[in-house]
Amino acid sequence: MADHVLDARGLNCPLPILRAKKALKDVPPGEVLEITATDPGAVADFQAFCRTTGNELLESTATGKEFRFRIRHV
Amino acid sequence: MSTDAQHNAKRMSLIVTKGTLDWAYPPFVLATTAAAMGLEVSMFFTFYGLTLLRKKLDLGISTLGNPAMEMPLMGMHMKMPNLISALPGVDAMATTMMKNLIRKKGIASIEDLRQAAVESEVKMVACQMTMDLFEFSREDLIDGPTIGGAATYIENATRCEINLFI
Repeated sequence: MADHVLDARGLNCPLPILRAKKALKDVPPGEVLEITATDPGAVADFQAFCRTTGNELLESTATGKEFRFRIRHV
Repeated sequence: MSTDAQHNAKRMSLIVTKGTLDWAYPPFVLATTAAAMGLEVSMFFTFYGLTLLRKKLDLGISTLGNPAMEMPLMGMHMKMPNLISALPGVDAMATTMMKNLIRKKGIASIEDLRQAAVESEVKMVACQMTMDLFEFSREDLIDGPTIGGAATYIENATRCEINLFI
C-alpha cells in the first residue's frame, strides 16, 4: 500500500504529470505516491518525468486499460 | 524556487505567436509540463499570441485554409471544404465541436492550463509593440505578466537551453 494516492483516470496529457507534480508537494521525501491513470502516453511521460526530476519510478504496470505508477519522492 | 528547480536548473523560453484555441495548447502544455519537471520557464506573448493573456478568454478555431484538420464524427473523420468554412456560423460550430471533444477526452481547458502556468511561476512577458499595434492596455491582461520587447526576450533566451517559437 502506497503512502499517498492520486487518481488520474480519465485525464489526458499533460494533466497526469501536472497533478502528480502537485501531489508530490505533499509527499515527504522517501515516501511513495501511487498514481492510477488511463492515458497510455503517461507510461513514457512518467519515465521522462522521473529521469528529469530525480524522483524514483518504482513501478509502471498496465492492467487492462489502467496504468499504475509508483513514484518515490526523492 | 522549488527544490526541483534547484535540482534541475535548466531553462526554457517560448515565443507564443498564435491565439486560436488549437494553437494555444502547445505552448501552455509545454510550459506547464516543463515547470512541473523543474525547469524555469518563460513565455513571450506576441502578435496573436498576446490575446492569450486577456482576462476573459474567448478562443475559437477556424477550419478555413486548414486542410489537415479532421474532426472525428461518428467513427469517421470530417474535413471541411473552404467553401463551407467561409459560411457564417461554421467556425462557431467547429469551435463548439472542438470544445466538446476537449471536455470529453479529459483534456484541460486553456483557462486551466494558463492558471497552472501562473501557479507554477512561469514568467510571462507581454510584447509592448503588439499592445501598441492592437491597442491593448495593461488592464486588458491578467495580473502577473510583465511588459517587454525583443531585447528582453533575446537576453532571456541566451540563458536558456530550450528556446521554442510557436
